[in-house]
Amino acid sequence: MSNVDLARIQFAMTSIYHFIFVPITIGLAFLTAILQTVWHRTGRDEYLRLTKFFGVLLVINVAVGVVTGLVQEFQFGMDWSAYSRTVGDVFGAPLAMEGLAAFFLESTFLGLWIFGWGKLSRRIHLTAIWLVALGAAGSAAFILAANSWMQHPVGYEINTTTGRPQLNDIWAVMTNPVFLWAYAHVLLAALVTGCVVMLAVSAWHLRRRSNPEVFTRSAKLALVILAPAMIFQMFIGSELGVVEAKYQPMKIAAAEAQWETCQPCSFSIFQIGGGNNDQTPTKIIEVPYLLSLLATNHLDGQVIGLNELNAQYQQQYGPGNYVPNVFIQYWAMRVMAYLAVVIVLLGLWGLWVMRRKHLETAHRFLWLAMWAPVLLFLTNTAGWLLTESGRQPWIVQGILLTKNGVSPSISATTVAISLTVFFLLYAALTIVWLVLMLRYARKAPPPTVPAADDTTAPEPTFAR
Amino acid sequence: MTLPDIWFIAIAVLWTGFFILEGFDFGVGMLHGVVGRDDSGRQTAIATIGPLWDGNEVWLVVAAAAMFAAFPGWYATMFSALYLALVLALVALIVRGMSFEYRNKDTHPRWRRTWSVLMTVGSVLAPFLLGVGLGDLLHGLPIGSDQEFAGTFADLFPPYSLFVGLTFVLLCALHGATFLALKTTADIRERATRLTRRIAPFAALAVLIYITWSHVISGKGFLPNVIEIAAVLAVLAAAWLVKEGKEGWAFTATTFAMATSVLVIFTNLHPRVMVSTTGAANDLTLANTASGAYALKVMTWVLVVLLPVVLLYQGWTYHVFRRRLSRDDVLEE
Repeated sequence: MSNVDLARIQFAMTSIYHFIFVPITIGLAFLTAILQTVWHRTGRDEYLRLTKFFGVLLVINVAVGVVTGLVQEFQFGMDWSAYSRTVGDVFGAPLAMEGLAAFFLESTFLGLWIFGWGKLSRRIHLTAIWLVALGAAGSAAFILAANSWMQHPVGYEINTTTGRPQLNDIWAVMTNPVFLWAYAHVLLAALVTGCVVMLAVSAWHLRRRSNPEVFTRSAKLALVILAPAMIFQMFIGSELGVVEAKYQPMKIAAAEAQWETCQPCSFSIFQIGGGNNDQTPTKIIEVPYLLSLLATNHLDGQVIGLNELNAQYQQQYGPGNYVPNVFIQYWAMRVMAYLAVVIVLLGLWGLWVMRRKHLETAHRFLWLAMWAPVLLFLTNTAGWLLTESGRQPWIVQGILLTKNGVSPSISATTVAISLTVFFLLYAALTIVWLVLMLRYARKAPPPTVPAADDTTAPEPTFAR
Repeated sequence: MTLPDIWFIAIAVLWTGFFILEGFDFGVGMLHGVVGRDDSGRQTAIATIGPLWDGNEVWLVVAAAAMFAAFPGWYATMFSALYLALVLALVALIVRGMSFEYRNKDTHPRWRRTWSVLMTVGSVLAPFLLGVGLGDLLHGLPIGSDQEFAGTFADLFPPYSLFVGLTFVLLCALHGATFLALKTTADIRERATRLTRRIAPFAALAVLIYITWSHVISGKGFLPNVIEIAAVLAVLAAAWLVKEGKEGWAFTATTFAMATSVLVIFTNLHPRVMVSTTGAANDLTLANTASGAYALKVMTWVLVVLLPVVLLYQGWTYHVFRRRLSRDDVLEE
């Protein structure tokens, strides 16, 4: 394998791994903040217990998220130095802003929140968890603004002496249509992920009749948000598809394995065969007009086929193959969309059970809910594969090819070593993380004790 | 002063902030085993940085991001040149970050011992490797005219850089010891005091040699300036101050020593950002690595508005958790 392939595998691995924790963190931060707000308003004990209980799960996730985020940041320079050198002028700015505006906020106030019970006034302590949530959501905004610039570069000009893109309009970068839709998409994904984790944990307890008075409340909170958020999410996702089809037509054409231009275009439920070397797969159950609708918002919209697009690109950018991996596009799209439907159904089922007031005894529902986080992991991962693999062979659409972005001084062996190291480390971390998550998720929520008085410890002496 | 100058200073400040803040939690990580002696003592030591380490580590994230944004060429060459060293540093940072959060999640002695060992090793290795990396900037690496690193893994470890790494480890250990003396009570505080006094002479000597060596290597004679002499004296003063029970001042002294030591690299570098051993023509400089004026201007605004706010709320966090911790505080866990 070449150093480009290995560096791509490494980036994919660390990103997918990092994004296990990101949506759980953002989602749970908001949900924990809501729980604490309810406790603050009503003074009901169950909500305080839930706040503390889910707060521990939040912290376990943040810890892994923070340290794996470091790898994400360092990797740009380590594996993709040519990319960093070429586009750092534009791409670096949102990253630096992320740290200053959001990441500091999230980490500092998380520390304050965890250790601030009994030390801060109730109101300030509540503010702290909301600032954590705000910081986490803010981080995602800047990172996605950076990522969206790679999908659809805006707000730059090419410097005539260096030939490199230079930022000339930060507002354009922060209002990039791809960014706005992708951000809504990721925030909702995070909220849904948080809800599903909360629901799964609650379901585990309810099945065992452990603390039902507490966990029906968290299950209900999760359910009230889950189905509406997921349905809304599907609309946002579909709109994001339309926006991307406009700027990255290859991505969407490849997601349907649409080699020839069509109008109107149908959507195949699944196919046998396919991939970049098989332009005539057997499509099973074709839904007429659906692809046109998904890609253009019109029933009879035109979708330009991969072959025609490739010919266009060759004319514009020179000889080469500009078709992304069709197999990944086709199936990532379907895994994401189909599992989204499953999650909506699960959410609706839960609402129905809730309305009939037998949530605690709905064993089949609770069993499925317990396993739902796995579905979310698959959905989230498929979503990222769809958008990132669909950008290939570009690292920045239309500006720089992935193969030209890799570090020229790094050999394949070096990348292979670090890939192995990170793989082993991440595997070990996953085991520890899972063990801890499962253990803490299965504990009874902490009983509430009156906050300990903390005024006894001596203050350090500055001078004596 | 030009925009690249401002950003060079900003990056120096961010690295300094990182080493001042994360420096003491590196030190606590290194020393928690000896200072704590038994498990509740170790938990107490770790608890002193529990609410803080995460926010401290963000300084590294921001320092790196600022380099990426303001000097893409510097970031690209430095991070790809240091590749395997950074892999190791990341492993060290990850392992030790995990150990803070995960060590107390089980009471089994083997679980705790394992995380303690990982915490100690990670806390020594991370400042060592980052120190080597900063040392490499000034010592120089084989960089070609295309600004790309053209050396091997062994080139990353010249004697000077190894010594910078060692100096930073000693400084972090000392800084952690004064922090522990400031933040704990009874026997833990006593042991932290003793450790401060034991580490200080070695740290002072290391800082003195490091400063002189840095001057020599950048062709600026070998005489340390007033501030640098003050830094060496501050290290020695810390040993005396803890003994007198003035731990706040001792910690201030090690903070000063740490800040000066980090800034030594940057003041000797300017206006270069990364020295090339293949000839001065290939040095990376502010001019040949900086982003355009617009990007720098936008980020300057962000920095000027946000950094004071960050300093305010981080400072407030330190105020909230200002009290000393005793063994009783961690018993409930």
